[in-house]
Amino acid sequence: MTHPHSAWDTPVADLRGTSPALAPPADLHGHLMARLGGAARDWLDRALDEAAAQPGIHGPVTVWELRLAEAGRRCGPEHADAARVLILHAARAGTDAVTRVYFQGTAAERRAVLYALPHLVAGPDALPLVEDALRTNDTRLLAAAVGPYAARHLAPHHWRHAVLKCLFTGVPVDEITDLDRRAHADVELARMLGDYAAERTAAGRPVPEDLYRVLTLTDPTATPPAPAARQGARDSDAKES
Amino acid sequence: MRIFDPHIHMTSRTTDDYRAMRAAGVRAVVEPAFWLGQPRTSPASFFDYFDSLLGWEPFRAAQHGIAHHCTLALNPKEANDPRCLPVLDELPRYLVKDQVVAVGEIGYDSMTPAEDTALAAQLQLAADHELPALVHTPHRDKLAGLRRTLDVVRESALVTDRVLVDHLNETTVKEAKDSGCWLGFSVYPDTKMDEQRTVAILRAYGTEQMLVNSAADWGRSDPLKTRSVGELMLAEGFTEDEVDRVLWRNPVAFYGTSGRLNLDVTVTEATHEGNSVLRGGA
Repeated sequence: MTHPHSAWDTPVADLRGTSPALAPPADLHGHLMARLGGAARDWLDRALDEAAAQPGIHGPVTVWELRLAEAGRRCGPEHADAARVLILHAARAGTDAVTRVYFQGTAAERRAVLYALPHLVAGPDALPLVEDALRTNDTRLLAAAVGPYAARHLAPHHWRHAVLKCLFTGVPVDEITDLDRRAHADVELARMLGDYAAERTAAGRPVPEDLYRVLTLTDPTATPPAPAARQGARDSDAKES
Repeated sequence: MRIFDPHIHMTSRTTDDYRAMRAAGVRAVVEPAFWLGQPRTSPASFFDYFDSLLGWEPFRAAQHGIAHHCTLALNPKEANDPRCLPVLDELPRYLVKDQVVAVGEIGYDSMTPAEDTALAAQLQLAADHELPALVHTPHRDKLAGLRRTLDVVRESALVTDRVLVDHLNETTVKEAKDSGCWLGFSVYPDTKMDEQRTVAILRAYGTEQMLVNSAADWGRSDPLKTRSVGELMLAEGFTEDEVDRVLWRNPVAFYGTSGRLNLDVTVTEATHEGNSVLRGGA
């Protein structure tokens, strides 16, 4: 269990290399197909074909939206995020489609939509979904909301509050994509972190270890992250579609 | 003692209840959609409620190591308000969700024509979605209500062993059992069933297809009544296996027919006060 503070309904699968928000869909597909049993693999193959054959949203419900809903019981909860991201990708879901399935989705579906955003929406139009997730207290949604899409598009004020909310709710700051780049020399974030630490200390409560990590990253005298650092490299992979 | 409460309204309960339930052995719950005490006046209120049963409430339960599933429906009382009826048209998009393990609570409240229509329509929705149905029996005029309920079930596309008739008592248990449906008993502090009477019924009718629930909600009720029934069963000579059958294996078997029951919940403990549920403040 790598996330002791979070109530993941399933262990967050594997490694960063196959994280549904970061891995290119082709890699995710290969990774998932190698792990699914025969019936689940056949089901996913059909679901992806259906989505590719009738992409976008049509009428009250499109076939791929039904597949998105049932992915957990078909592929197993540990593979549901990846399966849903692949279905959304195959359906070439744009802002309208991701918005509809997010707001009509369970928490698990909403999480998958958040993971899929960097693969599907180039501009900031899907930010209302990220902002909705950041207003919840569900740590699974919060962690999915602070991925590459937020790193790219979330405005500084909202981004700082997202960082602080992770600290409040126990979401590990490792979940925040591009944390080092965005935190670097952020004086306002440093002030907010300092105030939060003071509030905790005044109450006789421990300060989360992660707070000091982020505070260090805000230091303008620290070496700034190289532009082509590993975060950036992953980011460009994630943009491939 | 592992406990599956097959009917409890956690939306109306506190985190202290979750903690006490976990300590008492509750590892899984099913939360049926129901009347919230204050009548709703628009479908949108139902949709926010359904979203909560598919989002926030399972998250809250998981924080206490309890698996949470739900049953969704337009409840019989509100089926009488034409403003709420459009909920029936939207139910199909909810009934495909992974955590929905039955259609419910459906059934009768005042036995009106509008309730007839909603009950029949929702039994058909259950059949269409390969889901079982949780059918509430009415508080008033219960035996007549049970008979009318069973008639509608027999006329429906759903076979009786995919139907759980709930809130049964001494006057309704025999006819319900003869129907082939699964049988539910709600144990309350003052009304419905109590522990002694429930155990007497289990002795008289056996443990097959028998479920016991707390039906705890916003009224005078107790989410630990399942545990106290289990303890009384043991004190009165039932075996641990029989207790496990009633309090765990029977609800797993009934809701398991949905193909959607997932009882692997990662037990998570908040290790600092930042935890959003225990602290409530983020």
